[in-house]
Amino acid sequence: MSSITDPYASSRETTEGTVFSVTGGDWDSLVTEIGATKEERVVVNMGPQHPSTHGVLRLVLELEGETVTEVRCGIGYLHTGIEKNTEYRSWTQGVTFVTRMDYLAPLYNEAAYCLGVEKLLGITNDVPERASAIRVMMMEFNRISSHMVALGTGALELGALSPMIFCFREREKVLDIFELVAGLRMNMAYFRPGGVAQDLPDGAIAKIRESVKELRRDFKDNVKLLVGNSIWMKRTEGIGYLDLAGCTTLGVTGPVLRSTGLPWDLRKTAPYCGYENYNFDVITADTCDVYGRFLIRMNELEQSLRIIEQCADVLEKLEGAPVMVADKKIAWPSQLALGGDGLGNSLDHIRQIMGTSMESLIHHFKLVTEGFHVPAGQVYSAVESPRGELGVHLVSDGGTKPYRVHFREPSFNNLQSTSAMCEGSLIADIIGAVASIDPVMGGVDR
Amino acid sequence: MGLIMGLEEKLPSGLVLTSVEKLAGYMRKNSLWPATFGLACCAIEMMAAGAGRYDLARFGMEVFRASPRQADLMIVAGRVSNKMAPVLRQIYDQMAAPKWVIAMGACASSGGMFNNYAIVQGVDHVVPVDIYLPGCPPRPEMLMDAILKLHEQIYDEKLGSNREKIIKEVELAAMNAKPTHQLKGLLA
Amino acid sequence: MTERGMFGTQGTGDTSGYGGLVRTATSPGSSERPYGGYFDDIADDLERAYPDFSNAIEKVVVDRGELTLHIKREKLFEVAMILREKLLFEMCLGVSGVHYPTDLNRELHAVYPLLSITRNQRVRLEVSVSDSDPHIPSLVEVWAGNNWNERETFDMFGIIFDGHPGLTRILMPDDWRGHPQRKDYPLGGIPVEYKGATVPPPDERRSYK
Repeated sequence: MSSITDPYASSRETTEGTVFSVTGGDWDSLVTEIGATKEERVVVNMGPQHPSTHGVLRLVLELEGETVTEVRCGIGYLHTGIEKNTEYRSWTQGVTFVTRMDYLAPLYNEAAYCLGVEKLLGITNDVPERASAIRVMMMEFNRISSHMVALGTGALELGALSPMIFCFREREKVLDIFELVAGLRMNMAYFRPGGVAQDLPDGAIAKIRESVKELRRDFKDNVKLLVGNSIWMKRTEGIGYLDLAGCTTLGVTGPVLRSTGLPWDLRKTAPYCGYENYNFDVITADTCDVYGRFLIRMNELEQSLRIIEQCADVLEKLEGAPVMVADKKIAWPSQLALGGDGLGNSLDHIRQIMGTSMESLIHHFKLVTEGFHVPAGQVYSAVESPRGELGVHLVSDGGTKPYRVHFREPSFNNLQSTSAMCEGSLIADIIGAVASIDPVMGGVDR
Repeated sequence: MGLIMGLEEKLPSGLVLTSVEKLAGYMRKNSLWPATFGLACCAIEMMAAGAGRYDLARFGMEVFRASPRQADLMIVAGRVSNKMAPVLRQIYDQMAAPKWVIAMGACASSGGMFNNYAIVQGVDHVVPVDIYLPGCPPRPEMLMDAILKLHEQIYDEKLGSNREKIIKEVELAAMNAKPTHQLKGLLA
Repeated sequence: MTERGMFGTQGTGDTSGYGGLVRTATSPGSSERPYGGYFDDIADDLERAYPDFSNAIEKVVVDRGELTLHIKREKLFEVAMILREKLLFEMCLGVSGVHYPTDLNRELHAVYPLLSITRNQRVRLEVSVSDSDPHIPSLVEVWAGNNWNERETFDMFGIIFDGHPGLTRILMPDDWRGHPQRKDYPLGGIPVEYKGATVPPPDERRSYK
C-alpha cells in the first residue's frame, strides 16, 4: 500500500515530478514553488467538481501558457453499475434502471431498451399504433427538453446567463406535459416492453397543442439573443473542429456528425416507432464547429415541434385505441388511476382481477412478480437520441431476467473526441467544445 | 460541529448568548450560498429550482458558488460513486465552518435504488448530513421545503456552551439508540 | 433421497421456479445460406475480399433480422480491416463484453456492432475467448473510437486487448480489484434494514430463475 501522505499538503513528490495542491495560503508562495521547477509545461486538473465541465467530468490539461497541448478525460465518477443491476431484475423492471442513465433524455433510454426487448420477443409489429404515436410524441418533447438544457448550460458555461433562464423556462413547459401524461417530470419509466404504461389523460391533446404554440413563440427569445450575436460567434466559430473523417473513425454520431454536413439521422435511415410516417427535415451544418452544432440544436427544436403536431393529429384520430400489445402474456397488466392516496391500480382493474376473471388475476400476479420469458438470443437496437445513436445490446438466455444489457451511449463515444477537438486551442475553447458535444455523465459512466 | 472560534464561544450561557444565537442564526440562514455539487439527475432538478419558475433567488441562494471556500451549503444532488467519494470529502473539508449539507435525493440519502458495488450507500458515510431529502428526483418544491427546514434548523442552532451541551446530548442518544431492525414496526 | 409424491411426481414437484426448475434455453445456432436481405451481399463481398474467410469464421448467425459473424480471435484484426476498407463499414459502435460462465473455454465474448453509413448496413462481429487466456487483438488501429470502449470492456470483464495504447481502468477507481460485470462478481449490495427485519441485497434474495 502507499505510504500515508497528507492529502492537504501543498506539494508532494511523485514519479512524474512534483504535484502541487492549492489548499489555501499565499498564492505567491505557490507560484514561486512552481517557478522553481524547470518545467515549461504545467499539468492542471479541472477536477470532477467544476461549474463548467457539464457534470462530473475530470479534464487533465497540459498547458503551455494559455494554450492546451494535451487533454485527457477522466470519467467514471458517476459509474452506477446499472448494467449489472438489470441482471437481477425482470425485463420490465429494467426500464426503471435504464431510464436513469442519460437523465436528460430518459425516454430515449427507455425507448431503445423497449424496442430491443420487443425485437427479442418478436412483437415489433404488434405494438399498437397509438402506443407508437405516443412514444414518438414523448420522445420529441424529450428532445426539446434535452436541447434546452444543452443550450442553457452551454451558454452558461460560456458566460451568457440569460439563455439559461430562457431555456429552463421552456423546459418547465415540457416538464408540465410529462407530468400530465406520465406522472413524473424526470425518469418517468413510462415506456414498457409492448407499449406505454398508460394512455393519455383527457384534455392532454389540447394542452399539448397549446404548449406547442407557446414554445414556438418563446424559442424566438434565444434566437434573438444568440444567433448572429458577434460575441457569441467569436466564442464559438472555428472552435472544436472535427471533420467527417474524424467523426467516423471516432464513432461520433448525432449533432456533432451532422455539423460536418452528413445528414445521418436514424429516424430517417432506420426508422422505428413509425417515424417514416412523419414529415420532418434532418438539420445539418457544414462548418464542423461549435457554432454549427449550436445552430443544429436550435433548428432541431422546430423540427421536433412539427413532429409533435403531426403526432397530435394521429392521436386524435386513434382515440380509444389500445396502448399495450394485445398478447396478455406480455402486456403490462395494471391500469393506473389517481386515487385518494395517490397513483395506483385503478379500482376497475382491481374489481376485474379480484371479482371477475381468474385469468386476469393470474396474469397480473405472474407478470408483476416473475415477468415474461424472453426467447434466447441477442439483439442490437438503436434510436436517435439528442446526443447521437443510442444503442442497446441485449442478450437473453430465455429467462425472466436480462442476461446482459449493454448500452452504447453516444456521450461515451462523443466524449473521446475532446482530445481531437481541443488540443492546440485555448482553455476557454475547451469549455465551448465540451458543451457542444453535450455529454451527459450519467450516460458516459452508466 | 467542528471548531468555532470567536466571541460567541466565550460568552456565558444566558440572555446575551441567546440573543447572539438568534442574531447569528438569522444572518446565516438568510444568505446561505450553495456550493455546486450536482452529480446526476437531481442536479437538473436543483438547476430547475434555481431557474425562473421555482426561484431560489428569493432566499438569496441563486448564486451557486463554484468555489467551496465561498460556500456555506453543500447540496449533494445525485448518486455518489465510490470513485467520487474522496472528492466529495475533499470539497466538504475545503468549505469553511459554519457549513451544512443537504443530501438531496434517494441516492444521496441512502444509496437509493442502486444497492450495489459502485454507489456509496448514503452520503452520510462520507460527510455529516443535516437534512435528508427523499425523492427520485425530488421536485424543486421539495428541495425548497428542505431548504426552508434547514433555515429553521440554522435559526435555532446554539452557540458556545449551549452548543457543547447539545452535542453531548445528541451523541449520547445516538450511542444508546436501538438499531433499526430491532425496533418494532407497524406490523409488530 | 428423492421424495416420491403421488401421481408419479419426482423430487419436490415444485413448479414455482424457486425450487430450481431450470429450463435450459439454447441460443439460435448457425444459419444456412441464403441469409436473406443484404446479408448475402455482405457474406459474398467478404469472401471475395478475404479468401481465407471460411478459416476465420466460426459460425454465421442470422437471427431477428441481424447478422452475427463469429470470428476466430487470431483473424479478427484482418477481418476488421477488410470490413472497413473493402466493405465500407466506417463506424464501429463500440465493444460489448458478455460473460458466459457455462460455455467452457469460450467464457468471454466481445461483440462489435458495425455500421456502414454509405450502404446503411449493420453487421455484428463476435469473438470468444476463454477465461484462462483472455486476450483479444485490439481494434484501435482500425477504428480509433474503440479506445475507450476496449478500456471499459477490460475494466468490467478482464478481457486484455493486445496492442491497445493504454489499457487501464476507466469506470472503476484505478486501484479497484476484480472485474465487476463478470457473473462471478457479486452485485455488492448491503442488506437494507427495516423496523423488525432486514431485506438482503438483490443478488442474495430468492428469485425466479
